[in-house]
Amino acid sequence: MSEAVPKIAQIPDLVNLFPNKVQLDTRPGYQGYIVGREHLLDVVRQLRDEYGYDYLSSVTGVDYLPEGKMEVVYHLYKTLGGPALVLKVQTPREEPRVPSLVPLFRGAEFQEREAWDLLGIRFEGHPDLRRILMWEGFAGFPLRKDWREPYFEEEAKPFKSRWPEGFVFRAEDRNPFGDNVQYPPGFDPETWTSPDDEAVYRALKRIGEDDDFHTDTLVVNLGPQHPSTHGVFRMVVSLSEETILDLKPIMGYLHRNHEKIGERNTFLQNMPFTDRLDYLCSMSNNFGYALAVEKLMGIKPPERAEYIRVMMAELTRFLNHIFAIGFLLNDLGAYFTPALYAIEERELILDVFEAVSGSRMMCNYFRFGGVARDVSADILAKVRRLVYDRLPRKVDEMDEFLTHNEIVRERCEGVGVLTAEQAIANSASGPVLRASGVPYDVRRAEPYSIYDRLEFDVAVRYHGDIYDRYLIRLDEMRQSLRILQQVLRDIPDGPIMTGKPQYQVRVPPGEAYGRVEGPKGELGFYVVSNGKPNPWRYHVRAPSFINLTSLADMAIGHKVADVVAILGSIDIVLGEVDR
Amino acid sequence: MTGWGVLKSLWVTFKHLVVTYIEDLRYGKRRYFTPEGVEARRSSDVRGIFTVQYPEEKLPVPEAFRYLPFLVYEEGPNGEKQMRCTSCGICAKVCPPQCIWIVRRNDPQTGRPIPAPAAFYIDVDICMNCGFCAEFCPFDAIKMDHDYEIASYNRLSEHIYDLEKLAKPVSYYASIRPTDYALEEAARAQKGDAKKAGSTAG
Ligand code: SF4
Ligand code: SF4
Repeated sequence: MSEAVPKIAQIPDLVNLFPNKVQLDTRPGYQGYIVGREHLLDVVRQLRDEYGYDYLSSVTGVDYLPEGKMEVVYHLYKTLGGPALVLKVQTPREEPRVPSLVPLFRGAEFQEREAWDLLGIRFEGHPDLRRILMWEGFAGFPLRKDWREPYFEEEAKPFKSRWPEGFVFRAEDRNPFGDNVQYPPGFDPETWTSPDDEAVYRALKRIGEDDDFHTDTLVVNLGPQHPSTHGVFRMVVSLSEETILDLKPIMGYLHRNHEKIGERNTFLQNMPFTDRLDYLCSMSNNFGYALAVEKLMGIKPPERAEYIRVMMAELTRFLNHIFAIGFLLNDLGAYFTPALYAIEERELILDVFEAVSGSRMMCNYFRFGGVARDVSADILAKVRRLVYDRLPRKVDEMDEFLTHNEIVRERCEGVGVLTAEQAIANSASGPVLRASGVPYDVRRAEPYSIYDRLEFDVAVRYHGDIYDRYLIRLDEMRQSLRILQQVLRDIPDGPIMTGKPQYQVRVPPGEAYGRVEGPKGELGFYVVSNGKPNPWRYHVRAPSFINLTSLADMAIGHKVADVVAILGSIDIVLGEVDR
Repeated sequence: MTGWGVLKSLWVTFKHLVVTYIEDLRYGKRRYFTPEGVEARRSSDVRGIFTVQYPEEKLPVPEAFRYLPFLVYEEGPNGEKQMRCTSCGICAKVCPPQCIWIVRRNDPQTGRPIPAPAAFYIDVDICMNCGFCAEFCPFDAIKMDHDYEIASYNRLSEHIYDLEKLAKPVSYYASIRPTDYALEEAARAQKGDAKKAGSTAG
């Protein structure tokens, strides 16, 4: 019986291992186990230490309003590979409380803060449970099902006012802003100051009091408006001279409650919204979301569509990595020459995207069960020219241009080191994880689409510094080209869609977690359906967001100028961090 | 040897600089402000400068390019506009940001709906250019445009498109999307044949 499934893919039978503490989740369409709230820490500790589940990928909450329950969902993996072990903890909705997993996995820190911020689930034992995406003066928990946004119109799209009697109006006029806005009791915008900023400043590590010279600690805000942050992002650092003692990232300036919008949307309507997460890599975002919903629907795209998908995903990885390298050099002070070399290649790939999908960046190209348009022979010829001729040359040129440059090496080698243990504990993923010596790549660890048929190596580097994070992107670009060459060689003819294109897909009740190895790391979509046209829960496990957990570990002890480069080497996009 | 790497980097940038001039000399006048020059600067063997001097020069958009929907009408014999739209409402339902408003026309006598819109609005500042409306319209009545230069000073008077502003002739559609148009016409012809065959058989 056990011969068929390799040992690594077997999920331990938790009900027998932890009698009375764990139950099987028997709801139709659901998987995994429900763990008693008071046993969570024990169970997870044992799973981590004895069963190899050392990687906590995703933590999120679901508001089951009709049942009066909140649920926290954990996806645990082994860094050796294999499928997810899904754990859930249920808690009454009136006073949702769950023990925090931060003592076991630091990677839970931001995700638990997010669940607190948006759903109001209190994580007991969390060292720093503050809002993370919303601002501190915000009242209410926006992802709760009974919370309504300022321009609220209806619970779910399509809105009835648009057809058949859709007299034109602006949403702002119909729902004036003030009507639905809640403020905390006693809130006065004139006098209000953020209690959180004070808390952050106070919590930073400082120079010891008994310092003979009575040196002062300098607290500096880098951002939110700062070119090095690649968007609107703030780092509060405390300095001793120029050396960083402590660092706290502050985000959420670009928050738009993507997930709430997603729960108002129909399943299909979410597709173009995923483009706007990591807006450099819309094809990968489409991929992850399509996988999650296809899992729920139990369909698979036809062969040609699978090849097209992988082709687009790998082109995306290439353009993202070359762009990341270009901008890392910007952060090092080599203004725009390397970045423009990168942008040139990116433009050529975007031309391909535009020709197949109709848009350069907001591709909206994937559909459930396939892709939106076929790729014509002309476009394939263009991709072929790029993949066989131009792009390999350009990777080599980048390599020659930067790798042995003494300034690059001086600034990058040994700076911003993240050890393998830290990377795993912090739930880092993608190039950040692999540059720290952990050869974990979703395409190999839990292959999706046709990756199990393709030949490529999982790039890995062992120093965990900026330089290795740069090198690993070069490696991965070369591997992507290798994959692309196989795809171009083998792409079959045939349909690009399973079934007829539909604007209202039927999604059976249940839950699914679809994840892909995006260019920035593990991009996951957790979707819960209750059989209605709109998802009940739609959650994005954003790699940029979770990779920022490691920022402080990388930066402490280095000079303030290095933080800029360290942040650049993580490669974040604020559209995805803040969602 | 220390410094060798920096020299090598400088060599790479120097090559890029020199190639720019070589290409300029090679192409001469054709390099800038000609369609040929623009095409050369975006081809996969471009060397030297690859930027385009917008708005004097514009990159041609591919057929699939999508920017804002428009409504297709057939030109009647006397030049009247026959909208293809039947006001079925599918585009309004599928639109992710819900920026389409349609008023269905009712027969004044019977009060029953007749297949033509009484009013059709798109708030183009809300439109996210996803292309779903064009993709799922069963009557090929709404299509995505190629004209992306729509900036204006007044949102309310300029950017809420009504029927008047949305309507464009079939010939325009055929000119911007010849392949799609040919495919649709072929499919329609086939369907018509099938119907005819079906009715004679029945
Ligand atoms: S444009 Fe097409 S989908 Fe929209 S109402 Fe008209 S016929 Fe229906
Ligand atoms: S392109 Fe998308 S957003 Fe714009 S009107 Fe059509 S469906 Fe709506």
